[in-house]
Amino acid sequence: MSITAKESAATEPGSDGPRGDGPKSGRRTLRPGDRATEGITLNVFSHGFLALWAVLIVLPLLWLVLSSFKTDAQIGGSALSWPTNWTFDVFVRAWDKGIGDYFTNTVIVLAFSVPLTMLFGSMAAYVLARYEFPGNRFLYFFFVGGAMFPVFLALVPLYFMVERFGMLNTYQGLILVYIAYSMPFTVFFMHAFFRTLPTAVHEAAVIDGASHTRAFFQVMLPMAKPGLLSVGIFNALGQWNQYILPVVLMQPRDNSDPERYLLTQGLVQLQQQQGYASDLPVLFAGVTIAMIPMLVVYLSFQRQVQSGLTAGTLK
Amino acid sequence: MRKGQYQFVTGFLLAPMALYLIFVIWPYLQTIGYSFTDWKGQSQTFGFVGLDNYAALLEDNVFLQAIWHNILFLVFIPVITILLALFFAFMLNAGGRGGAGGVTGIQGSGFYKIVYFFPQVLSLAILAVLFGAVYRSDQGGLLNGLLVKAGLVDAGRPVEWLNEPSLVLWCLLAVVVWHGVGFYLVLFSAAMQSIPKEIYEASLLDGAGRAQTFFRVTLPLLWESVQTSWVYLGITAMDLFVLVSTMTSGQFGGGPDHHSEVMATVLMRNFLYFGKSGYACAMGVVMLLLTLILSVVTLRATRRERIEF
Repeated sequence: MSITAKESAATEPGSDGPRGDGPKSGRRTLRPGDRATEGITLNVFSHGFLALWAVLIVLPLLWLVLSSFKTDAQIGGSALSWPTNWTFDVFVRAWDKGIGDYFTNTVIVLAFSVPLTMLFGSMAAYVLARYEFPGNRFLYFFFVGGAMFPVFLALVPLYFMVERFGMLNTYQGLILVYIAYSMPFTVFFMHAFFRTLPTAVHEAAVIDGASHTRAFFQVMLPMAKPGLLSVGIFNALGQWNQYILPVVLMQPRDNSDPERYLLTQGLVQLQQQQGYASDLPVLFAGVTIAMIPMLVVYLSFQRQVQSGLTAGTLK
Repeated sequence: MRKGQYQFVTGFLLAPMALYLIFVIWPYLQTIGYSFTDWKGQSQTFGFVGLDNYAALLEDNVFLQAIWHNILFLVFIPVITILLALFFAFMLNAGGRGGAGGVTGIQGSGFYKIVYFFPQVLSLAILAVLFGAVYRSDQGGLLNGLLVKAGLVDAGRPVEWLNEPSLVLWCLLAVVVWHGVGFYLVLFSAAMQSIPKEIYEASLLDGAGRAQTFFRVTLPLLWESVQTSWVYLGITAMDLFVLVSTMTSGQFGGGPDHHSEVMATVLMRNFLYFGKSGYACAMGVVMLLLTLILSVVTLRATRRERIEF
């Protein structure tokens, strides 16, 4: 025990030193050499594997984007043909063929659902994190527990509930449902965040005569900005990508009811229509259009996206 | 002061609570209630039938097959995804051995992380279209095109990936893994970075190779993250509605001939297509019970002593 401790204590400075660790002792000269060969083969292997997976990710995506510049005959012919139709007509056509409407519908819904989710979620989380009252713990678990259950469990009654409010195939109906289903994660994350904020600032505001409401909106909420950003991005991505809820809730009731499909739903719809009217470049262009906002958000908020999404699982 | 505080608390909780109760909690409870009725959905009249729906489920071969497929996914999705993600995360965080005794990530690890994670931000609908095109059953599909080019597949008889009963589940599995690895890689990376460097350095000085470092040091310290991932991937495996319903043939997917059926697709077909709402609710309850059992069993079975560091 004492020997290993001594040895590591003796070697520690050596390994930090500039290239002085080689020929100091007979036993240690062998080791770096061994490890070097092991390292080289492993490096080739692991770099190769890492690069392969990167190719597997990028290749299909790139291929799809390139395919929107092909003609229909080319797409049906061979997957490896090089695109020749280098115009943006196909994107205009895709936009006109419904993608534009689906895109607008999605933006309208998210413009309300994401800010409202953040507002309601932080209000509930703040009260639960900062105020003592009977039933506090119960309410917290009540909110957070909802994340445990699959959305399928609620689907059938949810449909009839929204119908009873007369809000099937309406923006407001879907917005309210989105807010409700984003509650568990938002409350969970913001609750943890409000707990970490210092109490002193809040106390100072209250002593200066701010009401509880004012202290929340003017002091606590601005302090919670980093948390709000992470959770906001998480919710925006989640709601943008939501599929089952719009499929169930946003079907036209009859012929006079306008179609208000969201982007995800619309893309699948376009794909399933392919059997009748084959215009695959339009479908691929539609997917490309749908990917662009995701790519932009992801690349510009890369760190927050990753921490926001993974924070959801670190319960 | 005291009274004002209660008013404030009530005021702030009112709207979130109301929404949550109306659209989440109440439907959950209703599902359980409706699962004991023969409700058809159109009218508000229905009769109490006790456990008949559940008894019928036990004889519904399509549903039983769907459960079996979910179980297959439940085994393979977590195992493959976690193994790949762990391997990549270890390579990216501790794989490099360039510096003098330093433990660093491999070169370009930042780039890899960005690329690997990207599928996670794409919606499943996009994945469905993308892989629908990749798995196309003629040379226009990326996979068939490449295989024909490589001479592995006869150009006259390309593989019908999604219409081949023995292949369709594996094709879907590949999509889920493709989608998920980057996410769990980032999750494991975050956990690995919180492991103090001294521990790695100590194992290095004691002569541990890369494999030993991984199995004796990294894995035990990551156990909690692996456990959480297992539960989350398990929940993913219980769902899979979007991919199956959009990529495979049939009303709400499940084809060919129910070979890719999962519980969620059977449920949706019974609800939206056959109009058997009560029966669909019973399926929802079964899904809930299986998910709960899964979470509890996973957390119990993989429980280990927590290592503080």
